[in-house]
Amino acid sequence: MQQSVAAAEFLAACALSRVDAVGAFARDGLLSSQEVFTQQLVTGLSNGMIIALIAIGYTMVYGIIELINFAHGDLCMLGAYFALTVVGALGVDQWAGTGGIMGLVMVLVGTAAFCGSLNWSINRLAYRPLRKASKLSLLVSAIGASFILVNLGLFWGGLPMDVFADGTSSAAPKAFPALVSAAPAAQIGDVIYSRTDLLVLCVTLPLMVALTYLVRFTKLGKAMRAVAQNPTGASLMGIDVERVIGASFFIGGSLGGFATVVYSLYNQTVSFQMGYRMGMDAFIAAVLGGIGNLPGAVLGGILIGVIRSMSDGYLEARWTNTVVFGILILILVFRPSGLLGAKLREKV
Amino acid sequence: MAISSKRITINLLLIAAVASIPIVEKFVPLGLHISDPMTDVFVYAILGLGLNILTGFTGLLNLGVAAFAAIGAYVFAISTCEIYPFQLGFWSALGLTMAAGALAGFALGAPTLRVRGDYLAIVTLGFGEIVKDVLVNMDSITKGTQGINPLPPPTLFGHELSGSGQYWLFMVIVLVVATGARSLERSRIGRGWISIREDELASRAMGIRPDHAKMLAFATCASLAALAGALTASRLSSSGEPGNYDFQISILALCIVIVGGIGSVRGVLLGALVMVGMNSIVLVKLTELMGGSDAAPPAALAEAHGLQWAFLFVKTWAQNVLISPTNWKFLVFGLALVLMMIFRPEGILPARGAKEDAPDGDEGPGGVAGGVTGGGASPVAAKELRP
Repeated sequence: MQQSVAAAEFLAACALSRVDAVGAFARDGLLSSQEVFTQQLVTGLSNGMIIALIAIGYTMVYGIIELINFAHGDLCMLGAYFALTVVGALGVDQWAGTGGIMGLVMVLVGTAAFCGSLNWSINRLAYRPLRKASKLSLLVSAIGASFILVNLGLFWGGLPMDVFADGTSSAAPKAFPALVSAAPAAQIGDVIYSRTDLLVLCVTLPLMVALTYLVRFTKLGKAMRAVAQNPTGASLMGIDVERVIGASFFIGGSLGGFATVVYSLYNQTVSFQMGYRMGMDAFIAAVLGGIGNLPGAVLGGILIGVIRSMSDGYLEARWTNTVVFGILILILVFRPSGLLGAKLREKV
Repeated sequence: MAISSKRITINLLLIAAVASIPIVEKFVPLGLHISDPMTDVFVYAILGLGLNILTGFTGLLNLGVAAFAAIGAYVFAISTCEIYPFQLGFWSALGLTMAAGALAGFALGAPTLRVRGDYLAIVTLGFGEIVKDVLVNMDSITKGTQGINPLPPPTLFGHELSGSGQYWLFMVIVLVVATGARSLERSRIGRGWISIREDELASRAMGIRPDHAKMLAFATCASLAALAGALTASRLSSSGEPGNYDFQISILALCIVIVGGIGSVRGVLLGALVMVGMNSIVLVKLTELMGGSDAAPPAALAEAHGLQWAFLFVKTWAQNVLISPTNWKFLVFGLALVLMMIFRPEGILPARGAKEDAPDGDEGPGGVAGGVTGGGASPVAAKELRP
């Protein structure tokens, strides 16, 4: 009974928030539920932007070689370990003021370069030899690559460094130092907009704009679109298909690198098993938006982030994964082309 | 096809060798104790044989086979454990488990008939995650992460089996399942499955109903996986926690099928021996030989400099994690999958007809490996990178 009242209040709050009634209902009973809602929305949006950035990596690779790059999430996990190592080795978390910001930028760019190169190498070693093979052997190879990366993460966690707790328990989750102060950036009512929320926006938005520019207006972007549409045709037009595929892996991987640093700062722990979860969320986001479709990946990422945080807040956190995977199955069964993907008849 | 007497002799010799392991262990004290992990191999062989029917014969990749094993283990546990009102005997519970597994296979198979290729793989993966979460969260029935125990051990004609008795019982079950899979492969049903794998449209033209055949493959796979889950639960006297039936188990089952030889029953048996043997015999024995996997005491890294520091750093790192062979498990699985895909997609013991055609699985799927991995065009739209 109480739950249904709460649900009714929640629905009312949703309806009211559309009319933007923050002030008018300030002293109403709805206020608290509305602020909870807004707070969940902020968390969801921030997580969603991170998921979206990772999802772009999935969708680019799928758009070009029709591979579900299973190793992408674990690549991001290794990126987090790389960032943690850099932070630990250089003591970036001790740098103050402008140095701190420079340090953060350095960690972001370094991790992006690391993840990009790693993704490029994975493509070279595990996927390129299978270019002529069928899609499912490529998928199996990607699953294998994912397991190798997970194991490398386990090894990495055993490094005898302070940030890895001296490596005495390599499998345990590691704390990621707060490079961004925990102080709230802004507070409106009871809703707190933290500095990490702000950081998420500052990192993800420019990258998405830059990627859109790259794909839409540069020569490489044009080549990528051509290869996605028809690799043979593209190569006949003089496009070096392998180079374009490699570039897509590099770009997708480096976006994942940016995302994983922000993710680690936002969630403050990293573990060698986090790649699976990150990867699944991002993949579901890519499928939800329509795989192969860049704006779709962003939309899907934001939706998944919001759905997760709403499910955490209003349902029960332990059912969140079930909800998200349920959504995945429903989309794949009923609308495999996703929200923004064009409907295409199956080729025989 | 006539089976040559030479082949029969080899098979009988192999069976006799495997069957004699507990006896040899009893009288020759080598201190190896491999009959216990060998029982694991048998259970995984059943899981692999089930997956082989769906993935090897029918060409549908399933990444959630562990979920069916979990369903089997829990159905078995609930129908036999003394805290529930049913308390069936071992064999009737096993029958019920297999029926429930088949039902679960139908439940997943029916809505996903139109999903193809790698998308089907992802749907099965999601199904596996959902089953695991539901088992954890419905703790009023499933006891959550504690698992359900105690469970009765396997029985035969009223006698409770332990140790070597279980070993032989499980071995016989594996033989029955393997023989069944072989005859299924050559039956009307099996040839239907294989024709769907090779070319669904053509098989439809030949009068095979792909939907029925696929559902049957799903149900058989799920039923065998449930059997494997129930046998493990009975052996360990506990359903285990739901987290035990995770993605890694599904991948281990897939490794067994792929490494052994996709679509080949003998290959799957060999794959189970190689992969599970690697996982629970070789790596574990190596770890024991090397004197446990305790983390190293903190080295005097802070005082050391230069080369000495680098040496100490690497040494401590190695002691922390590299030295324990069980920590290499995922690397072994991962490398096995990638290398098999690149160099020998047809597996160690390929199915007949697989080898000649396998390498060019480009368009028209050829042979077994090419067929399985060829899966047909997926209904994915938008083959286009849109900014």
